[in-house]
Formats: sequence, structure tokens, C-alpha cells
Amino acid sequence: MYRVKVEKRLEIPRYFSVLISLFSITISLILMGITIWATTGKFSNTLEAYKEMFSWPFIPECGLSDTIQKMIPLMLTGLGLTIVFRMRIWNIGAEGQLYLGAMATTWGALFLLKDFQNPLVVPILLILGTLAGAFWGAIPGVLKAFLNLDEIVATLMLNYIAYYWVNYLIYGPWKDPHGYNFPLTAIFPEHTWLPSIGDTGIHLGIFIAFGMAVIVYILMNKTRWGFDLKVIGDNEKAAKYAGINTKKNIIFAMMLSGALAGLAGAIQMLGVQHRLQHGFSPGYGYTGIIIAWLSRLNPWATILVSFLFGGLIVGSEQLQIIMRIPISLINVLQGIILLSLLASETIFRYRIRIVKR
Amino acid sequence: MGPLLVMKNIVKRFPGILALNKVNFDLFEGEVHALLGENGAGKTTLMNILYGLYRMDEGEIFYRGEKVKIHSPSQALALGIGMVQQHFTLIPSFTVAENVMLSTRRFERNINDVIDRIRKISEEYELRIDPNARIWQMSVGERQRVEILKLLYTNAKVVILDEPTAVLTPQETKALFRAIRLMIKNGAGVVFISHKLKEVIEISDRVTVLKNGEIVGTLKKGEYSEKKLARMMVGRNVVFQIERKPANPRREVLRVENVRALNDKGFTALNGINLKVREGEILGVAGVAGNGQRELAEVITGLREVSSGRIIFYDEDITRESVSKRISLGISYIPQDRKEIATCPNLSVAENLFLKDKKRVFWFDRRKILDTVKTLIEKYSIITPDPLKPVKLLSGGNIQKVVVAREFELHPKLIIAEHPTRGLDVASMEFVYRSLLEARDRGVAILLLAGDLDEIFTLSDRVVVIYEGRIVGEVEPDPSNLEKIGLMMAGVVNV
Amino acid sequence: MFTSVLAAAVRSGTPLLFAALGEILTERSGVLNLGLEGLMLIGAVTGFVGAYTFHNVYLAFLLAVLVGGAFAFIHAFMSITLRVNQVVSGLALTMLGMGISGTIGRRYIGEVIPRFSEIPLPYLSNIPIIGKAFFNHDILVYLSYILTVFLFYFIFRTKAGMTLRAVGEEPSAADSLGINVFLVRYLATVIGGAITAAGGAYLSLAYTSMWIENMSAGRGWIAIALVIFAAWEPFKAMIGSYLFGGVMAIQLRLQAGGKVNVSANLLMMLPYVVTLLAMVLFSFSKTFRQKIGAPSALGIPYSREEKT
Repeated sequence: MYRVKVEKRLEIPRYFSVLISLFSITISLILMGITIWATTGKFSNTLEAYKEMFSWPFIPECGLSDTIQKMIPLMLTGLGLTIVFRMRIWNIGAEGQLYLGAMATTWGALFLLKDFQNPLVVPILLILGTLAGAFWGAIPGVLKAFLNLDEIVATLMLNYIAYYWVNYLIYGPWKDPHGYNFPLTAIFPEHTWLPSIGDTGIHLGIFIAFGMAVIVYILMNKTRWGFDLKVIGDNEKAAKYAGINTKKNIIFAMMLSGALAGLAGAIQMLGVQHRLQHGFSPGYGYTGIIIAWLSRLNPWATILVSFLFGGLIVGSEQLQIIMRIPISLINVLQGIILLSLLASETIFRYRIRIVKR
Repeated sequence: MGPLLVMKNIVKRFPGILALNKVNFDLFEGEVHALLGENGAGKTTLMNILYGLYRMDEGEIFYRGEKVKIHSPSQALALGIGMVQQHFTLIPSFTVAENVMLSTRRFERNINDVIDRIRKISEEYELRIDPNARIWQMSVGERQRVEILKLLYTNAKVVILDEPTAVLTPQETKALFRAIRLMIKNGAGVVFISHKLKEVIEISDRVTVLKNGEIVGTLKKGEYSEKKLARMMVGRNVVFQIERKPANPRREVLRVENVRALNDKGFTALNGINLKVREGEILGVAGVAGNGQRELAEVITGLREVSSGRIIFYDEDITRESVSKRISLGISYIPQDRKEIATCPNLSVAENLFLKDKKRVFWFDRRKILDTVKTLIEKYSIITPDPLKPVKLLSGGNIQKVVVAREFELHPKLIIAEHPTRGLDVASMEFVYRSLLEARDRGVAILLLAGDLDEIFTLSDRVVVIYEGRIVGEVEPDPSNLEKIGLMMAGVVNV
Repeated sequence: MFTSVLAAAVRSGTPLLFAALGEILTERSGVLNLGLEGLMLIGAVTGFVGAYTFHNVYLAFLLAVLVGGAFAFIHAFMSITLRVNQVVSGLALTMLGMGISGTIGRRYIGEVIPRFSEIPLPYLSNIPIIGKAFFNHDILVYLSYILTVFLFYFIFRTKAGMTLRAVGEEPSAADSLGINVFLVRYLATVIGGAITAAGGAYLSLAYTSMWIENMSAGRGWIAIALVIFAAWEPFKAMIGSYLFGGVMAIQLRLQAGGKVNVSANLLMMLPYVVTLLAMVLFSFSKTFRQKIGAPSALGIPYSREEKT
């Protein structure tokens, strides 16, 4: 007589991480297909949807440049979150930090450096955005470090505050006088724009993003500081015991995470939209959470994952246009991906053995 | 009359380990049957199976002659089998009565009935428990008595005690033994799990020795001696005869002056404590757990703030210095709970060995790091298949060796060792003892905070007793002073 | 005038109260459910669609509660059986809830449905000031009153409530006592989720009678903070809910009244700023946190045979 036994694995092979991510994406796509089938009633629609989603975003004449463009803020926010997630600090405020970055950059482009024609303008504006993001991340960081304030609710509240602050500005004092009363600012002067690569439509932000990936990788894996963060994330008590200043590290990590999100916001301003407008971010800060988790907190993986996810978003937008599938479906998809990711993490922790009774 | 309980051919496997290999165990009414063995021999595992916490892979259990399947503690309790575990199962914020109410299956309508019955049982077995006290206010010894009371309340016939004396003063141990004798007089059967030879010999009617998951033998009272049991437990003559050369203390390394400090709950943990440790000596601090040992270690290492008083290290006042500064000055700490604060469970052995290494800013040279790690593993006989695997996979003894290796490699001037051999097998214990004595011979000052008096006697050059946050006396480390130390540990101080 | 502000605070605070009560139940068992925002939206959209389809608000409300429970079951399964990271699972639930409600609700935007009407309670509503403020509302508000009282007695005065608290404080102790930790947590999470969804249904069936995408506007997150302020106690949650409801009501009034010349957007910030400030001030009172803290095992998955 045989019996099925489920037992926990002693250790998890490295390649399992990849398997887990692949597995969960597959599940989500299947579920998505089922949803589309259910809502439109025809299976052919599902096949059509798959075809569009997998091809359009990756074909150069069609959506590829769009995909790469979307990849940049995703990658940056994802990298930032990788840093804090390693410490088990749940920064849900990347969206707000991104908003602050965009806000500060807009201020610089439209007011401070409006007439300052100089090649240094673009870097200065980017730094401005980065610092603003760092500031918005420092607030919950300080609160967490010194008051042990729950960072989840704190960062979320700051998200809403940032959102309404930007709204206030673009509906009010910063509104474009020639903008037909739409909630957006005037277009930035040309000397503040991020140059593009030839006529591909891809702006230089891509290099900045890749550069950041390298920097984050080095910081996380090759410095004592990165190691300290790992220790704090694994066992905070052990970190204190080893003499690591947890307070400083928490604040610093949050600032860095906020900085990267702020940079993403700044790049969106200078490279893509050239003005601050309502709804300029389709939730990059939130999607960054999934990016970080799906990349298993590995900076290199973030590059690939954000590329694929950028494709996913572009593909979904296509579906909305062509097949009139509502854009909120993307949220559903993200939720399913995250859930199946979590589930597969657990499932892969165990193995099944057939045992003789 | 047949046995009350029979466990036959019990097999239990965990991933990678065969914990129990066809173990047999039985228990009669009115007897104390001891389960003796080293840490990790399988004693707790066997009883956990009986109590329904673990599932056995093979084997049968018979209770009062009938075959039973026990899949949960509530089933065990319903049968009349109760266990007082090493980790207590009490809800700290509830009162004694509330905890008892929670554990009964009957629907208790009125808490006053519960309170009355608790008082009766407390009197009958001399447990001295106040039903309305909250658990978090009670000492460890009191909590254990509450656990026993819970079992008696449910009329348990089989009472399993897992290492009950680990947390008691000698006097409390005597009281426990009195309660045990009353229990068996009333017809219960008691399983007494322990690794302490003397106590096992004193209290038990039968002894079963387990080693590495297998039965070595079962003997009746009169058939065994300390030496014989020790040999069965370990396979060789183990009773510790560690060589301790006479001490040669030199300069004063640490002086704790009148220190006061609060514990996590805001109550006074250290109440004007004074002590001194010199180069080349081991100062043993005896005391029941919870009298300030942990807080003492923490104020010296910088993990806890001092409300008043000073800490002097080689004539320097370090009372306000940071943890990292103290580490760099040469203060090292081997804490009691290696899993809780001394290691990062998911990080590798290599990473844990470098936990306190501040000098490497850029970890570029992987090969050099791995070489150093290999050397350390050899030097300290750490058994690990791969230094890059998570440290939590190692056995308790080997994790402790990692901690010891790390701390010793820092070449400290002062080591604070807090119950450093808790839960270790004999071989690892010897290793730790030898390492500490070697360090002391090299001139290191060692502060030993141990729960185990045997350990204190083996290692210390001087012994002081801590009670309620103060040093209440100094004694010569001689076994003849056991009674005196016991009294001091319980707060009875000679004038 | 004061009375009407109080009444508005009650109405505005009721969805918060439902959400907080549900989360108190869940967290008392040791499970952290951050998916409140998504749950409320699911409740809101289900209620709305139900009322539109069946023309019956009572049925719609019941439906919303049941669907909410089912939705919370997902989180329960992930957190209790699979023992995943509860924070991320809750976030995923929020995203899912936002997405599903947005997708389903899209075709119902702008539709009209029947609505829960006000039922002034006989004698009670005639009490000066208090009467108009508390006893002149729809039946769901009265339901929230009853629920608050019921939960208080349940948690603190019954053996079942004691069992719940034990599971949240020391699940291993509870397990050793023979309590089925998993069952208790499942029940607490599912029922708690159902109650939270009721708060969302209140938004679309009584507070307003329409459906707008993401209409909970962060109330779910405020409710999570509220649970901490209320020290996991139902009556304190009630006070907190009405306080925050009051802030939200005042903000609406200022916006509509036009008397104060501040941009609507800055006013909209108010509830979130207040929540954040309240959290900060709250953290300063350390004694509070020490004596009556969170259920000790909150957010930590429980497993019996963990050897590593």
C-alpha cells in the first residue's frame, strides 16, 4: 500500500526562483484568458487577445518603443523597492514618492530654471526630482526608525497626500493658461527635455535606469551596507546585537527607495510627457511592488521583469483600444500575478513523496 | 494489572533525520518512569507524539489496553494524557483561572467555580497558586506550577514533565518532587524527561535511556548508578572531568558599579548591581532565570540603557557607548538564545561568521572570504556540508560553534557567555567548555551567566549569586555549597 | 448646526466602523488583512449591482456581505494554509478588489438604484441633540450599533471570545490546549471580511446610491490605522470612526459651502493628514503600546511542526 506524503524541502535550489516566477505568470495569463472568455463570451476573442498582447508590445514598428518607455519607471521603482523589501520594510509609498519627484522637476523646469539655457539643466532637474522623492521616503523612514510607526499605513497616507497636492497644483496655481482649462501644466521649455536616441523615440532615461541597476546591485551585494540591510531584514535583533545602527539604515534605505521612485517621476516628466498632468502615472509605484517581488529582489532580474511588464501594460492598453476590454483588468491581472506568486512560493517549498506503508 | 500506557515500535522521520527508530515505552499507574538522554536524543519527540503534537510514521499506542490514535492535544487530554512542556502554553495576559477555563473541555458556566476548584487543587498538592494572578506577572517557577495545576484540574492520568527542573531553584525542585509523589499516590503515572542524572536517580522508579533515537535500555530502581546511566546515555564515561587549572587573574577588565536598569515591561530588572571581572578569570553568576541575568548581559554589551550607575571597561567609562564601539573595544557576547539574536537563520554560515566584521566595505574578493571561512570551520570543528547554505539547517550544537567561532575570532578581551551550552549535546558542551577555559588561560575575562549549577561549578573561579537584580552573595565554587547557593538563589540571604 | 454635523459624522463614519470592526475580529485572531480597501470596493460594487438587478436593497446588502466573505476567504487560504507573507497577500487582494470592482462596475456607472431610507427610531429620535444625531438614520447604521455591542461582548465576555484572543496571543499555547487554531483564524478572517464588505455596501447603498470607481477613497486604509488607535476594542473603534467621519464630513461641507476659500484638493488631503498625525501622536504614548498592545502573534503564520 502506498501513501502520498507532503514534506517540506530542506533547502530550495536557486533555479526555483525562476520557476516560481514563470509558474505564476503562466497561471495569471491562463486566468486572464478565462476572464476574457467569460466577459466577451467567445473563445476566439481570447486567442485574439493573447496574440495581440504577446506580439504588439514587442514589435519595433508597433509597441516596442512604448514598452521600453514604460519599462524605465517600472525598473526604477522596482529597484528602489528591492532595497527596502530586503529589510522587510513595506514601502507602499513609491507612487507618492514618484509624484513628489515629478512635482519637484516640474517646478524646476517651469520656474526655477525656466530661462537657464545650459546642458547642466537636465541633470540638475533630475537630481531635484530624486531629492524630492528621497524626502518623501525619509518621512515614513524617520517615523518608522524612531517611533516604530507602521510604514504601510504611513506611506499610503503620504500617497494620497501627494496625489491631492499635485492635483491642487495642476488645477490651480500651475494650470496652463493656454490649456483649455484641462488639469495640466504648460509644456516645459525645450532645453529641459531629455534627448532621445536618434528617431527611435526612446529617451536617454534608459541608460540612467540601467546605470541604477548596476549601482543597486553593487550596493546590495558588494558592500557592507548591503549586507547590513540583509541582516536587518533577516533578524533585526541580531542586527542590533552585531552593532548595526538599525535606525540609520532604515532611514537611509527608505530615502534611497524614495529617491529612485522620485527619479522615475522626474524622468517621466523630462523624457515622456514634458508637462505635469492629471493621471500621468498609471500606478507605476504600485506596479513596482510586483516588479520587485517577481524579480525575487534581484536587481538584474528587475531589468527583464520590468521589460516584460512594460509589455504587459502596453498590451493591455492595446486590448482596451481594439477589443474594448476595460483597463481596470490590468489591476485584476496584477493582483492575480501577485497571489499566484505567493502561492507558488509556498508550493515549491514542499515536495511530494510516495511512501510505502 | 497491565500497564496504563504502551507505545510500540514508534518510528518518526524529519527531513533528513531519523528521529525515532522503533522505540518502545510503557508506563504503569502509580510510578515515575524517567526518560533519560542527551539533548537531541528524541525524548521530547517521543512524548510529543504521545501528546498528539507530532504524527508518528510507524507504530502503535495502547491506552488502558485499547489501541488509540492521538492526532491532537485535545484528543490526548480527553484520554487523560497531559504534558507540561519546556515552552509553556499559557496566555500571558490572561489570569490563571482564565487559562484553566480555556483548557477545559467542559462548558464552565461560572468562573467562580473554576476559581474555587483551583484553590482546592492548589492546596492539595501544595502548589500555592493565586487563581486571579495574571501570568505575565509570575515567575517561571510559578508558571510551571500553573501548568501542572491545569493538568490536575483535568484529572490527567498520565502526566508528562519535560525537563521540569531546568528553570527551578533547588528548593523549588524539592517542592516539585513532593508534588510528583502526591500525584503518583493518587494513582497517576508520571513520565519524567530529563538529562540530569542525579534527579532522575532520586525521583524515578524506572529509567529508560534513549540515544540517537534508539532505546539503549530500561532499568528498574536499584539496577542503575550514575556512572552506568551516563555511559548508556553517551556511550562512554562522560561525567565531566574537565581540567581547570588554577586561575591567575590580573588586571581588572570589567567593573559594574551600582547599575540600575529596567526590563522590557518597564519594571526594575537591575537594582543596583555590582561586580568585577579580571583578566584570566571566570566569574560565574548563579541564579534562577528571570532575575536580571539577561538584562545584565545587555547593559554590559550596550543593548540596553542604564538608568543609573556606571560600567567601566579597563578604566574607561563605557556606560554611554554604542554597541559597535563596545565590540571594537573587545567585548564579546554569546547569548543564551542563539537563534533569537546571535545568528541570522536564513543567511549562510559564511555570512554569519562575518556578522560583526566591520572592516570589509567592499566584498569583492569572494575566494579570500571562502578560504577564511574554510579555515574557521576546520579550526572549530563545525559540521556543515556547505558553508553557503543557511545556518538554520545546522544542528543546535553546530550553530553554537559558529557563534563561538565568530566571537573568539574577534580576539575579545571580555566574553559574556549566557548559558552557552543550552540544548547542546555532550560533545559540543565539552567543546564550549574547553574553548572558554582556553580563552581564560590566555588572559580573557569571562562572565558566565548560567542556569545550570553544574556548569557554574565546572568552569568558574569565583561564584556570585544574582537575585532580583542584585548580587546577594559570593561563594566558593564547591559542590558542598549547593544548599547555600540554592537559598541565595531563592532570596534567602545570610546576615 | 452641531447636531447636523454630528449626524453627518455618524453617517460618514459608519463605513469606517464596519471596516474597523471586521478587521478587529480578524486581527484578534492573529491574521493581518490589509485588503480592506479591495474588500470594501467588492462590497460596494456587489451591493450596487445587486440592488440594480433585484431592485431590493436588503437582498443586495446580504449578497455583498456573502461575496465579501468569499473574497476574504482567498486571503484566509493564502495566509493560514499556505502561510504566505500576509502583507503582500493583503496588497494583492486590494489590487484584485480594485480591478474586479472597476471591471464589473464599469457598465453600471451612472445608473440609479433604490436606497436605504432613514428610519427615525420612535422615542429615541426625539431626544434633543443626541436623538437627531444618532437615531435618525437608516437601518444599516443601527446594525452597526448592534454589531459594535455584540462584538464587544463576544470578544471580552464569552469563552469563544477568549478562545479567539488566545489564538491571537499565543497560537502554540492555544494549539496545545486543543484549540483548532486554523479554524478559528479562518472564521475570524472570513467573517471579519464579510463585515468589512458590509461597510463598502453601505457606501453604495445608503451613504450614496451610486457607483463610482474606487469610491472608498482610502477608507479601507484609514480603517486599518483606526484598529490600532482603538486598541482592538469595538467601542473605541466606534469613537474613532465617528471622529474621522466627522473630519470627512467637515471637509465636504467646507468644499460645498464655498465659505472657506481653499482649494477642494487641499481639503481632500485632510482625512489622510489627520490620520498620519494621529498615528504619530499615538506612537508617542509608549505606555499605551506596552500595556494594551497588539495581539502578540499578529501577522505571524502558525505552524505546528516547524523544526527549522
